[in-house]
Amino acid sequence: MSGLLGGVWDFVVGDDWTLALAVVLALGLTALAVAAGLAAWWVAPVVVPLFLLASIRRALRSRG
Amino acid sequence: MTAAETSLALSVFLACAVEAVEAFTVVLAIASTRKASSALAGTGAALALLAVATAALGPALTNLPINALRLVVGGLLLVFGLQWLRKAILRAAGAKALHDEAAIFAAEVAAAAEEPPPGPGLDRYGFAICFKAVALEGLEVVVIVLTFGANQHDVGLAAAAAAAAVLAVLGLGLAVRAPLARVPENTMKFVVGVMLCAFGTFWGAEGAGASWPGGEASLPFLVALIALVALALVRYARAALDAVAPAPAPAPRTGP
Repeated sequence: MSGLLGGVWDFVVGDDWTLALAVVLALGLTALAVAAGLAAWWVAPVVVPLFLLASIRRALRSRG
Repeated sequence: MTAAETSLALSVFLACAVEAVEAFTVVLAIASTRKASSALAGTGAALALLAVATAALGPALTNLPINALRLVVGGLLLVFGLQWLRKAILRAAGAKALHDEAAIFAAEVAAAAEEPPPGPGLDRYGFAICFKAVALEGLEVVVIVLTFGANQHDVGLAAAAAAAAVLAVLGLGLAVRAPLARVPENTMKFVVGVMLCAFGTFWGAEGAGASWPGGEASLPFLVALIALVALALVRYARAALDAVAPAPAPAPRTGP
């Protein structure tokens, strides 16, 4: 069972879990902004590249 | 065909072609070193499993309310797209080794040679390796086909693009009878990553309730924006690698 869950995790989340978190955060913030009556289309295109930049920086640092 | 349909077909075709190339390398390695019939049986069993998964998941996805569908599908595509794009950026910058089909083929052949030779009947090793390779690579294809197809209300077009990609890879592979090492996999992964991120962002935000300025007309701008961000990240990563690369050693002094 743990092997199956690990496989699903690897399949969906991949090498860097923070990117999956970025997606949840971006879409959650979008929904909150919409609920507050704000234009929210720009939230994901701003949040997601920032997390991608952070992920690339971490990958470069981990190479030493 | 509309621009959105063309983008859908192109994205699915490229994604499936990349996955098919990777699966083909493994199946070819096993088929050429062990029992080809068992390799083909493993491939067939995996394809049957993928067909069942598609048949089961397809109607479930298309029956979701449109906003829930777009939120789930957009989120999934964005997660997959970011994974593809991250790897493609790191590979393009030289921070990660390129996917080398010839090396993978050689490794699979070497691993197969270490196993006991197949006896009469089914070669369980060859069957299992081919089943796993095709099922794992194919599962991502199934998700991409279903999510793109369900969202655009055109699963048929997505499935046709996927089938065309698999047939193209199979035809090319059978023609050269070697791993398809010269296919520009990283470039294809880069493009697919950009498209998945663009569609994922668009549908995910719509599913969360946002309205895009201009509706679907904003999709090409989103594709361009994500492509520019990704290219900028490649440049950034290259510059960062150059900055930490050791300076060339000074030439040895020959004089006093």
